Amino acid sequence: MTAATTFPISADWRDFFALTKPRVMSLVIFTGACGLFAAPVHIHPVLAFTAILCIAIGAGGAAALNQWWEADIDAGMKRTAKRPLPSGRMDPTSARDFGVGISAGAVLLMGLAISWLAAAILAVSILYYAVVYTIWLKPRTPQNIVIGGGAGAFPPLIGWVAATGHVTAMPIALFAIIFFWTPPHFWALALFVQSDYAKVGIPMMPVVAGEAATRRQILAYSLILLPLSLVPWWIGGAGAIYGVSAAVLGIAFLALGSRVGLRRRDGADDRMKPEKQLFAFSIIYLFALFAALVADRFAAHLGVLG
Amino acid sequence: MQHLTEEETARVNRIRKQRNYVVGGLLVAFVVLVFFISIAKMS
Repeated sequence: MTAATTFPISADWRDFFALTKPRVMSLVIFTGACGLFAAPVHIHPVLAFTAILCIAIGAGGAAALNQWWEADIDAGMKRTAKRPLPSGRMDPTSARDFGVGISAGAVLLMGLAISWLAAAILAVSILYYAVVYTIWLKPRTPQNIVIGGGAGAFPPLIGWVAATGHVTAMPIALFAIIFFWTPPHFWALALFVQSDYAKVGIPMMPVVAGEAATRRQILAYSLILLPLSLVPWWIGGAGAIYGVSAAVLGIAFLALGSRVGLRRRDGADDRMKPEKQLFAFSIIYLFALFAALVADRFAAHLGVLG
Repeated sequence: MQHLTEEETARVNRIRKQRNYVVGGLLVAFVVLVFFISIAKMS
């Protein structure tokens, strides 16, 4: 135990900020903002900012609750051992209260300022991540990443509903794209850091089902993702800029996914380059796909390309 | 309650002061945001 753990108050504001997983939050803010700006309605800039802020704070609250629950698991993994709770800089009660407090605040603000439907979906997304995923399913099933993908898929749906006030096929398609993007993204990562997950007993797919099964599933999800990413264009929710971008990005994703799906580890010295490339590209893929969606909306608004 | 050394007490006070500044700043930002939300809702 370090000296820091004996202080009655040892966590400073940076520790509370770290509890919100700011790097994950940046993707949440981006996809939430894209959902909001891709909607075919005008929203006041202050209300748009407030909606994105609520999505970000809600995600931060869910992340804090995730870290509160998983402090012992985080302590056993090199990547997460320095987080505020496993390192002893913060007591668990503070983390839990902080998570609950900012989550409730985000939902209330969303309801009062934007729409109660958006607030309800935000509340469901927080509960889904903190309870259904973190507490219930992550330690129990190798499909944890598939289920957890649902939590990450909520932001564009919430953004869209915050702008329009209702759920249609388009935000559900955006939800589905992130849902099916998540497994190949995380399993590519899990393939080259699997020893860490195995050490703490989290049933990640490569640990439980084996590497070959994981590779097959990465290929399967990459195959589904390509046509799925074209659905917004197909249903008329997006135009040519999005359609062409989705096709090009989807083919590139499938090419990298196939390379990972069809190969076998080449001994203990294998540096897992294709897996690392797929993981890196998957992040670029999601940013580019959603940026294309917003660019498409602005082009349509300005009368470019029809 | 454990006894703290002078150095530890100073550290705790510094953290507490920083926390107060951050919470205070966030409260001011929240009030400003609510003000602008009210104007946006009325327009």
